[in-house]
Amino acid sequence: MQTFYKQAFEIRKLVLESLAEAGSGHTGGSLGLADVFAVIYFKILRHNPLNPDWEARDRLVLSIGHVAPVLYATLAFTGYFPVEELKTLRKLDSRLQGHPGRDFGLPGLELSAGSLGQGLSVALGMALADKVDHKSRRTYCILGDGELQEGSVWEAIMAASHHQTDNLCAIVDRNGLQIDGPTEQVMKLESLESRWKAFGWHVIPVDGHDHIALIDAFEMAQKKKRKPTVIIAKTIMGKGVKSIENDYRWHGKAPSKEQLAVFLEELNSSNRYD
Amino acid sequence: MTNWINKGSKPTRTGFGEGVKYAADKNDKIIGLGADITMSVGLHFFAEAYPERFFSLGIAEQNAIGVAAGLALSEKIPVFSTYGVFAAHRAADQLRISLCYNNLHVIIGGAHAGISVGPDGATHQALEDVASLRAMPNMTILSPCDATQAFIAVQKAVEELNNPVYIRFGREAVADFTDENQHFDIGKAQLMRDGDELCIIATGHLVWEAIQAAEILARKGIEIAVLNMHTLKPIDKDAIIEAAKKFGKIVTAEEHQVTGGLGSAVAEVLSENYPVQMLRIGMQDRFGESGTAEELMAKYQLDADGIAKQINHWIRD
Ligand SMILES: [Mg+2]
Repeated sequence: MQTFYKQAFEIRKLVLESLAEAGSGHTGGSLGLADVFAVIYFKILRHNPLNPDWEARDRLVLSIGHVAPVLYATLAFTGYFPVEELKTLRKLDSRLQGHPGRDFGLPGLELSAGSLGQGLSVALGMALADKVDHKSRRTYCILGDGELQEGSVWEAIMAASHHQTDNLCAIVDRNGLQIDGPTEQVMKLESLESRWKAFGWHVIPVDGHDHIALIDAFEMAQKKKRKPTVIIAKTIMGKGVKSIENDYRWHGKAPSKEQLAVFLEELNSSNRYD
Repeated sequence: MTNWINKGSKPTRTGFGEGVKYAADKNDKIIGLGADITMSVGLHFFAEAYPERFFSLGIAEQNAIGVAAGLALSEKIPVFSTYGVFAAHRAADQLRISLCYNNLHVIIGGAHAGISVGPDGATHQALEDVASLRAMPNMTILSPCDATQAFIAVQKAVEELNNPVYIRFGREAVADFTDENQHFDIGKAQLMRDGDELCIIATGHLVWEAIQAAEILARKGIEIAVLNMHTLKPIDKDAIIEAAKKFGKIVTAEEHQVTGGLGSAVAEVLSENYPVQMLRIGMQDRFGESGTAEELMAKYQLDADGIAKQINHWIRD
């Protein structure tokens, strides 16, 4: 089976470069999700970067808007806009807002989001619309694990299974960390699998850095009838840059120009594709 | 000026609900979203006619606003109706980000506005919803004066707008007096009655009460004009400034806190453009309570007698 480690590597590189240029932003989660993004955009999503508004496209809703750098890097890398533009991240008049904003006209962006706990509801609305129209396209939604502490997410989880939206697939970035520290210390989430199951979802736990396992999970989700699927992707915050891996202090920090050089070197040496 | 006659009392929520069903007859993009109180907020007319386009979402307003946003991003025109207190406050963050920041065409029914909700008491009387929503960019706020106008407001919101719309309406049967073929422009106030002493700018249920108050005052030789501000956002600045120039005194009347609602909106326009003396009639920074609608409107001087009394007192001062 085809893997996308090379693409994930390039995405991580762009994430680090754009964050260093911006001088602020969320490094840890963006690096941790690079494999998930590579697999989704290069294998799973039916989309066309040359025609972002293609009517039959699958849609990806990024609920955790703070990992915008990995979304922007992926969109640029897949051809939605020039990679050069990543240098404008978080700057005045940029299309690359700190948290995604549709107002600014970035192609490929489905939703302005960033206040946690809202994206899954929006994705559910998209999935319901496609059910009404008997469309075969799918909706994906990326959530953070800390985000699951927002009660509104569980309203959406409840409603999605009630309406049997099997065209909806949630992905939880289960890195076990949030700003104040480990999720299990800040506010316990376990047992996450049984909680989603109890709410009527089809649950697939997976290693969020294993491309073959991720692809398997997405394909299982596509086949599941009458239940929405959640892929609980176990990830390492900061993945690819050894010195910051699993360090929650890197949730909301950007590398300095000096750190960038070191991080890129670390990234190069951890690179799996060649 | 027209002599307004009550054609038969009817709740504005019924006008809203019939309006949604009528709009859906002509437009299959309309999707209804219910939060358990479907009948109470007038959405049952639609839900019964179009069950395949109606989704029950339970008592979960935050999710409902997000779902509405997702539907709007999929070429649908969702209508979500619940009590104003929940729509505006429980789901405020979803309204701000998922709806207004994304600038999506969603129609939100804000039911049970004002103290005329009655015996349910303060928890269910929406008195701060306009204040909260008026600050949100991209939001349009409509506050029709009777059931006929509520019906028309829904048609206009569906056909003419492309942004989030909050339509505010009440629970009790109230005078239904406007013309089915009336000229109704979103953002343009309607002059209901001319006068010379002052102009009262009213919204929602209080338009009828203001007209009746004008009749009471007319019998004492005081002629007041009545302006129906059915659109609270964007507010009709020209009409407000024109009234201020013509009458020199402005009264506002609303079933809402005087802070943040119509009174504030008018004060903002006047103070920046043409400051004149103002009296703001409404809830004076306090919660409502239980009682019949009639008793409460009388107690808080929001009925015709109360409005006439407040105006009379003000101009004699
Ligand atoms: Mg986390």
